[in-house]
Amino acid sequence: MGILLFLEQLLNGLQLGTMLFLMASGLTLVFGIMNFVNLAHGSLYMMGAYFAATLFQLTGSLLLASAGAFVGVLILGMALEAIILRGFYHRDHLDQVLATFGLILFFNELVRMIWGPQAYFLALPEMLNGSIELIPGAPYPVYRLLIILIGVAVGAFLYMLITHSRLGMLIRAGASNRGMIESLGVNIRILFTLVFGLGAALAGLAGTLAGPLLAVQVGMGDGVLITTLVVIVIGGIGSVRGAFLAALLVGLVDTFGRMLLPASLAEMSIYILMAAILWRRPQGLFPAHG
Amino acid sequence: MVRNRILGTLLAIALLALPPVAQALGEPFYIGIASRMLVFALAAMSLDLILGYGGMVCFGHAAFIGIGAYVVGILGHHAAEETLLLGFIPGTSSGWITWPLAMLCAGIFAFLVGAVSIRTQGLYFIMITLAFAQMAYFFFVTLKGYGGDDGLRLPQRSQFSDLISLRDKTTFYYVALGVLTAVYLLLLRVTRSRFGMVLRGAKENERRMLHIGVPTYRYRLAAFTIAGALAGLAGALMANQANFVSPAMMHWTRSGELIVMVILGGVGSLLGPAIGAVAFLSLEEVLSAYTEHWQIALGPLLLAVIYFARRGIYGALVTRRVL
Repeated sequence: MGILLFLEQLLNGLQLGTMLFLMASGLTLVFGIMNFVNLAHGSLYMMGAYFAATLFQLTGSLLLASAGAFVGVLILGMALEAIILRGFYHRDHLDQVLATFGLILFFNELVRMIWGPQAYFLALPEMLNGSIELIPGAPYPVYRLLIILIGVAVGAFLYMLITHSRLGMLIRAGASNRGMIESLGVNIRILFTLVFGLGAALAGLAGTLAGPLLAVQVGMGDGVLITTLVVIVIGGIGSVRGAFLAALLVGLVDTFGRMLLPASLAEMSIYILMAAILWRRPQGLFPAHG
Repeated sequence: MVRNRILGTLLAIALLALPPVAQALGEPFYIGIASRMLVFALAAMSLDLILGYGGMVCFGHAAFIGIGAYVVGILGHHAAEETLLLGFIPGTSSGWITWPLAMLCAGIFAFLVGAVSIRTQGLYFIMITLAFAQMAYFFFVTLKGYGGDDGLRLPQRSQFSDLISLRDKTTFYYVALGVLTAVYLLLLRVTRSRFGMVLRGAKENERRMLHIGVPTYRYRLAAFTIAGALAGLAGALMANQANFVSPAMMHWTRSGELIVMVILGGVGSLLGPAIGAVAFLSLEEVLSAYTEHWQIALGPLLLAVIYFARRGIYGALVTRRVL
């Protein structure tokens, strides 16, 4: 394997990893704070992609489309939480899994009814379509670099938000003792809705970013959901730091697996990784609770 | 208790009488649908052993079904092509060999999955069983020699030394009914035995069981393996029912549907999940007759059932004995 090919794959792995992080951070936050498993997270990713595709067709601007999709999924997520999912917080995980499984069926069919079964493709504007020579002799697509940058920026933003802001303080307090901060007079319902909305919007952002790379189609969120679940389980459910490292790890293992291993093993590589890690550490790499 | 017994007798008569009645009404089409329901009932029942009695939410049960189905499919394929599997195993379509082998392979896979998964708990358990099922799914998707994503057509249905022909719809129905009944009676004994008590005890309070001195891990693993083997049997039946095997049988949404069947029918009651399977598939038939977008109704319906009706259909039908 040449060094240039290695570096290119390394960047590809990082790009996949940051994309997974956008998905995993929201899912793991919602789990850590509300103790809620949201399988419909993949549906929010899909809705983000569809919103962006539609807005892009209307306005022709990728930036406007992305911003619109972000806000759209933010509102959708908060509405979903306030109307339906809130009622499932005190139920056991099995009920939550099933209820959100029902939501997946609903959203997939809704999208099929509104947008039809055919796939959409988002074209990139000229500015993002080219390649850049980071390392002499190895051109790399600008758009993929942009995704890495956005992922890292979101990671930094979440880090600042959680460790250095008042909202983050409440989030951390809520994760460690929900009852206590409620009795201290914090309106926990609004906090939950906000956190859920933020997680949803990040999933929507991931879907928007995936638009130009993959086809926007019904069920596009299902595959990425499973990979995201692998990420948060490896990272330790509830831990954003764990999600970040696990996302990069999964991204790299998957990318290099596809290059080095035979096809059937490559598809399984991340699941083997997960089984191996859980065998040694049944709580994941960074257990959030206790 | 009397009410339960009457309900049970009525159910048995209805099940036995279904094929002749369907024939007499000129709707033999329903025999096929009913057979499919019986096979799914078997699968849901096997899941209930670990989900309902063991409290282990297995989100990868469809993988065991798929492996059972592929054992029948692959051996049948080699029998028809007259080639050797892995260069030394001759193919066969004899059900005497393939069905027990389907159970064995699914059981071994379940044992391996269980050995890793049962060390974890709660959400981790759900996710890791899901991940193993995905592994199995992708493994068969990439097996191009056996059709890959497109699946594999069964060259012929399983043979039982010319005694039974599964090509006949009515015969298949009674075979499926017989297998389902046998498995039901077996699981009834298992769940009421000391083994079943330990399983339920570990579900209620694992720490207490451990302190009494019961190695719960082993019991759970045994239950998981049995459930996997029975799901493999359901897979062998499913392959014969559809005359076709494909990775879609082990897609994760299928595992989700199986859990829905168990919950819909009523967890931890064996008959409940079987009823749940029938109800789920009936709902699918009825809704899909109205609109191709039937899943848009199914999703919210599912939410409502989970939110409002925790005990499931069985819980509403039958007065339950205090355990």
